[in-house]
Amino acid sequence: MTSIAKPQIPLLPLERNQLGLTIRDYSGSMSTLCAGCGHDSVTAAIQEALWGLSIAPYQVAKLSGIGCSSKTPQYFDSAAVGFNSVHGRMAAVASGAAAANRDLVVVGVSGDGDSLSIGLGNLAHAIRRNVRMLYVIANNGVYGLTKGQFSASADIGSRSRKGEPNLLPPVDPMLLGLSLGATFLARGFSGDKAQLVPILKAGLSHGGFALVDVISPCVQFNDHEGSTKSFRYVREHELQDIDADIIPVRGQIHSEQTPGSVTEVELHDGSRVLFRAVPEGYDPRDRVRVGSYLVESARRGEIATGLLYLDETTPDMHQVSATTQDRLWDLPFDRLCPGSAELAKFQARLR
Amino acid sequence: MAKVQLPEAPSRARVNEFAIKLANVNGTGSASTNNLLMQTIFRMGVPVSGKNLFPSNIQGLPTWYEVRVSQSGHTARTASFDLMVAMNGQTYQQDIGEVAPGGYLVYDDSWPLDPEMRRSDITFLGAPLAQLCAQRFNTVKERILMKNVATAGLVAALLALPVDELSKQLVAAYSRRPQLLEDNQAALQLGYQYALENFPCPLPFHVEQMGAPDGRILIDGNTAVALGAVFAGATVGAWYPITPATSVMENFIRLCSQYRRRPGPDGREVNDYLILQAEDELAALGIVVGASWAGARAFTSTSGPGLSLMQELLGLAYYTEVPAVLVDVQRAGPSTGMPTRVQQADLLSAAFASHGDTRHILLFPSDPRECFLHTVQAFDLAERFQTPVLVMSDLDIGMNDWEVPELTWDDSYRPDRGRLLSPEELERLEHFWRYGDPDPEWTTPRAVPGETPRAGHLVRGSGHDLRAVYTERPDEYQEVVDRLLRKHRAAAQHLPPPVVELHEGAPFGVITMGSCDLAVREALEQLPGPAPSYLRVTGYPFPAAVAEFMAAHPHCYVVEQNRDGQLRSLLLIETGFGGERLRPVLSYGGLPITASFIRDRILEQESPQ
Repeated sequence: MTSIAKPQIPLLPLERNQLGLTIRDYSGSMSTLCAGCGHDSVTAAIQEALWGLSIAPYQVAKLSGIGCSSKTPQYFDSAAVGFNSVHGRMAAVASGAAAANRDLVVVGVSGDGDSLSIGLGNLAHAIRRNVRMLYVIANNGVYGLTKGQFSASADIGSRSRKGEPNLLPPVDPMLLGLSLGATFLARGFSGDKAQLVPILKAGLSHGGFALVDVISPCVQFNDHEGSTKSFRYVREHELQDIDADIIPVRGQIHSEQTPGSVTEVELHDGSRVLFRAVPEGYDPRDRVRVGSYLVESARRGEIATGLLYLDETTPDMHQVSATTQDRLWDLPFDRLCPGSAELAKFQARLR
Repeated sequence: MAKVQLPEAPSRARVNEFAIKLANVNGTGSASTNNLLMQTIFRMGVPVSGKNLFPSNIQGLPTWYEVRVSQSGHTARTASFDLMVAMNGQTYQQDIGEVAPGGYLVYDDSWPLDPEMRRSDITFLGAPLAQLCAQRFNTVKERILMKNVATAGLVAALLALPVDELSKQLVAAYSRRPQLLEDNQAALQLGYQYALENFPCPLPFHVEQMGAPDGRILIDGNTAVALGAVFAGATVGAWYPITPATSVMENFIRLCSQYRRRPGPDGREVNDYLILQAEDELAALGIVVGASWAGARAFTSTSGPGLSLMQELLGLAYYTEVPAVLVDVQRAGPSTGMPTRVQQADLLSAAFASHGDTRHILLFPSDPRECFLHTVQAFDLAERFQTPVLVMSDLDIGMNDWEVPELTWDDSYRPDRGRLLSPEELERLEHFWRYGDPDPEWTTPRAVPGETPRAGHLVRGSGHDLRAVYTERPDEYQEVVDRLLRKHRAAAQHLPPPVVELHEGAPFGVITMGSCDLAVREALEQLPGPAPSYLRVTGYPFPAAVAEFMAAHPHCYVVEQNRDGQLRSLLLIETGFGGERLRPVLSYGGLPITASFIRDRILEQESPQ
């Protein structure tokens, strides 16, 4: 059996959130990923974000596709009902779940193979539909479970562990998202939880599709010299230009500092995001500027991280479809079935 | 112009028992003619069917419409036509060849007909419809459209249809567009009067009123499926457009906007449904699986190519035990095949859809009425057995208007949600094991996300044990997949019962499914000797009655519309009988099967040359 319960070692009194729950109440079973895997840090950050926002653990619907990253829903929030689906289809399955129950906090975890190769189509259209969910790509540029093939996010010239260079251009989920009308685009690094957790919190509070690309190095197959997705490379090339802090509706401000140039955006649930942008004139609501910033930083070999783009005005899937505020899945049957009299009336036209 | 002199041809005085065919160019508005004629005959209380044989094209290619009138109720397709209305020069040769000896052919003699094409055993009736329309109407578009209505008038006169009834239908259709209505009425009279003055009206075969069509309706299967989904309480639909399934979801959209909209809190209308046009069929079924997993009644509609794409997700739903309803409106395969032609060729790929050991529940509606009933039942079965259910309709049922008994609805119906546990029920459980604690029909407790901390679990398409936890242990894996097989078998007795008609001393049995029904019944009447027994299978897994029927006859014919005898194979797999017990009768050219074809194939095999 590869699902291992975590030992419950008593620690110092843990901090409690507004539901009176500790971070432990958001944990799952023991990870079976490789020691030091970046994905485990992503898992921990998701757990902390859920806890920090005081989301009831069972209100979460956690979904994934196939791959190392897609194993991770097992490793957080075991009070939630989850769905480890098939390769590349998580975005579609999550869209369906969000359609059926608009009260769910939908959290999808996927990888670069799952999202940018086999599942690119489904991801693109979930972005277009603006399904309200947090969609995390744990991005390591490599297929781990099949032992080291390049994925679609591998950079040109990045070398595999055997020294083979990647010759094809990468799919950048951030640029992709911009072109598809994404409403929330952020990039983080699994090695920087302090930045990642606020990003995930903002994503969970967002009123649409929150795409978070997390560079999450694969310690087995893509953490060597020559890789552009290694811990060392990302640490050396990360460009933390756009810093964002989230102020939850009921929560406290996480960063007390709010220096000079601050852009404030109110999220769907009333939370606010404060952007502290270092580059002159950076506006996280300006699709064109964000796009050129990303292209330029990539050209310089830098990895721009932070909450890069935010649009809280575009309607989400349910708003576009004018769906009832009630959950569809348990609507009373008499609201759904027209009944025999209407059937007779309908058929009058068929006689 | 003088009346046409009739050649000496055998009299075919067959009131209310004949077939006509209208040959046209697609994209010219000929559908309106077809509907006018079909509706009028239907309202005269005479059993009638219309088969639209259309190209996979928007404009310019040949299209046909076949109308069979049969007071004895034989409304399956026939391949012999008493009257051909040949309005497409491209297909004259073929159309002239399909007229039964002694029959009639109407053509547009605005242009001369090649004398080479004439046949001496049929009557040619030329009408200068294009010229007449050119004189009466101004624009090219009007002339083309109105020629169709004039054709309807002409056929009405030939078949003794009440022109007032046609006229009334035009009023209903164009009441809001007075100019268009006036043009239509003028065109109708143009054709009608021309025929009365120049043709031997009515023809020996024509229509006589049989009384009102009480308790009967004219409906296509795709509309009936959509109605079924609305009445069963489906709230999520996901689809990718594909002929011939497209109108399933288009009708669902239309019906939902009619029945499922209500004023919201701010006065604006809100929808008690959500329909997503997906990016592909993989996503369409993915959405359905996700919505069903989260508790909604969700469905998708597709055809062969879409079913191929959905295979992996069907396996996922089967193994994770998530309900899903899929309506497959079958068309001719393989690959793109013939998108506007019919087959029943998805049977095996549907029954075992996906890699690994999978088995699905299939339903085989034979007409639009059963499309309605089976769709409702599909949702109940999918939830009760927590598995995909595929409604195997086809293009003939789905896209043609069929005359069927009026649909009825029992207002006491409530959805069967199977073992979907409420938070209270979950609280009372000692433990919640998603795949443990099976009931006598091998279904296990199910919980949706978002309801209670008691239900935490992670379903997965990978190997899992009773608690849905990943496993690679043979015993744990097998315990789950063995139960799935038992569960599938247990579903058999909950499917619509097969139609069995046993005859004392029957020399053999005839087994069929779906839209073959009418043609098979007609063929059986035409066979000499003692009556064979009849079995129409209505679903898979097969109930015991199917094997019992096979055992009760020395041999059976299996009539189906595919090349490989897929129903026959499925019967052999499931019953263990030897192949010699089942003789195939296979029609797979893409046109709906006919009684004469079935009769001839059976006779050949009963008395080999």
